[in-house]
Amino acid sequence: MNMKQLLSPVVSSIQPSGIRKFFDIVSSMPDALSLGVGEPDFVTPWHIRDAGIYSLEKGQTYYTSNSGMAPLREEICNYMNRRFSLEYNSDTEVLVTVGGSEAIDLCLRSLVCKGDEVLIPEPSFVCYSPCTQLAGGTPVPIVTTEKDNFKLTAEALKKAITPNTKLLILPFPNNPTGAIMTKHELEQVAKVLNDTQIIVLSDEIYAELTYNGKHTSIANIEGMKERTVVISGFSKAYAMTGWRLGYACGHSDIIASMTKIHQYSVMCSPTTSQFAAIDALKNGDADIEAMAAEYNYRRKIILDGVRQIGLECFEPQGAFYIFPNITSTGLSSNEFCEKMLTEQKVAVIPGNAFGSSGEGFIRCSYAYSIPVINQALERMDTFVKKYKR
Amino acid sequence: MQEKILRLLENDGNYTNEQLATMLDTTPQKIAEQIAKMREKGIILKYSAIIDWEKTNREFVTARIELRVTPQRGEGFDKVAERIYQYPQVKSVYLMSGGYDLGVTIEGKTMKEVALFVAEKLAPMESVVSTKTHFVLKKYKQNGVIFCKPQKDERRVITL
Repeated sequence: MNMKQLLSPVVSSIQPSGIRKFFDIVSSMPDALSLGVGEPDFVTPWHIRDAGIYSLEKGQTYYTSNSGMAPLREEICNYMNRRFSLEYNSDTEVLVTVGGSEAIDLCLRSLVCKGDEVLIPEPSFVCYSPCTQLAGGTPVPIVTTEKDNFKLTAEALKKAITPNTKLLILPFPNNPTGAIMTKHELEQVAKVLNDTQIIVLSDEIYAELTYNGKHTSIANIEGMKERTVVISGFSKAYAMTGWRLGYACGHSDIIASMTKIHQYSVMCSPTTSQFAAIDALKNGDADIEAMAAEYNYRRKIILDGVRQIGLECFEPQGAFYIFPNITSTGLSSNEFCEKMLTEQKVAVIPGNAFGSSGEGFIRCSYAYSIPVINQALERMDTFVKKYKR
Repeated sequence: MQEKILRLLENDGNYTNEQLATMLDTTPQKIAEQIAKMREKGIILKYSAIIDWEKTNREFVTARIELRVTPQRGEGFDKVAERIYQYPQVKSVYLMSGGYDLGVTIEGKTMKEVALFVAEKLAPMESVVSTKTHFVLKKYKQNGVIFCKPQKDERRVITL
């Protein structure tokens, strides 16, 4: 049988990541020093792990309600209100998902119809475009530039909107650039959206990791809450990536629709993770702040280091990545990363992995201890000195 | 500012003034000044390493001694503590609430050496009413650092 012929054309049409080759080289060098990881280096705080373990000891290994345990949904609402001044009804406006990623997929599948366009600011995380295609929509990248500190501008947004635009993805704080959107900048975006029927999928998974003032959600901007689905999760804020737990908050009609798909595809999110998450939300504010403070120290060290090496780099304000400009080396992103890996054994991610507009940049994660960061910076310095013109 | 410097140094005494300055948005000169001031005031006493001696061949034992003490007239517990902490074998001395008065940590080459030290030096002291010696069998955590556990990064080398 020719299996390839039997595969869904939509799935087949999704391009494998352009940096597959780079991934292969990296996996053949397990001893490389890496700044390539997109997850916290912290272990989930013990009290949270303990809550998960305790639930297992009590034998709480059953399914939960499709939308997530009621106490968890209530705690999510308390948390959103406490930390971001957002009010949601825990019965109808919250869905607990398998990571933020599932919520993104569900939101797109709930809203996108064939022919709909989804606006995706780039560089950004890699799932938006494939998930849009799987939902039958057309991804429309909006290039954000270094000049604009990789923010989404009202002008760029306005230009990208067509009568077919259904959804805007708002991926801030941003992976890979570390860009954020301030309240004022979000207000400008909101002005453009006001006269439209466009829904916003606001991916706020890094909301707890901003370094010069608190994160503002676009749902906080007047008139925006109804049309915004806020997606977040426990992975980044509480160092809980492996627990696979996220959530979506938004209009009850959208949440109900997302819950329908969730119900048939995954039934419910992992029960152990939900018990742990309740503890995280109840008792974890201090952990979030301690981790964010630590990331901030690392951010300053790595930014200073990269600039001293002689690479231009805008100051990231959120997440745990910096996105230096490497064009002064005369190398492409792929060349830079491959050569640095083979010559200096340091792994970073080529910027074009996050959309073609990431060409000329590399993503370095600072979810590493300062000694590791310093060691990587030393090697990067040797490497850049060799190539810089 | 001072507290931030202290917290960073408490966690890693190896930070250079330049690194501290970068992390705290100031200049290395200002950091140097602050540190000098804190050394002068005796806030920063010493930089040292945390060592897991179990992984070496060094033979030694550690004991925690609970001392019940009659405070000396006019001088309280401090004078007793002072007479105890002068011994180089004594690694720490705390004044405690609860069932005993002074908690003393002693290090020696052998259990016998430690026991003899307690019997010959501590117990006979005029103000010492009783001693209880507990030998340390295993150290799990010290100064916030977990021992024994290999600190390996098990994350995948790269993830987007």
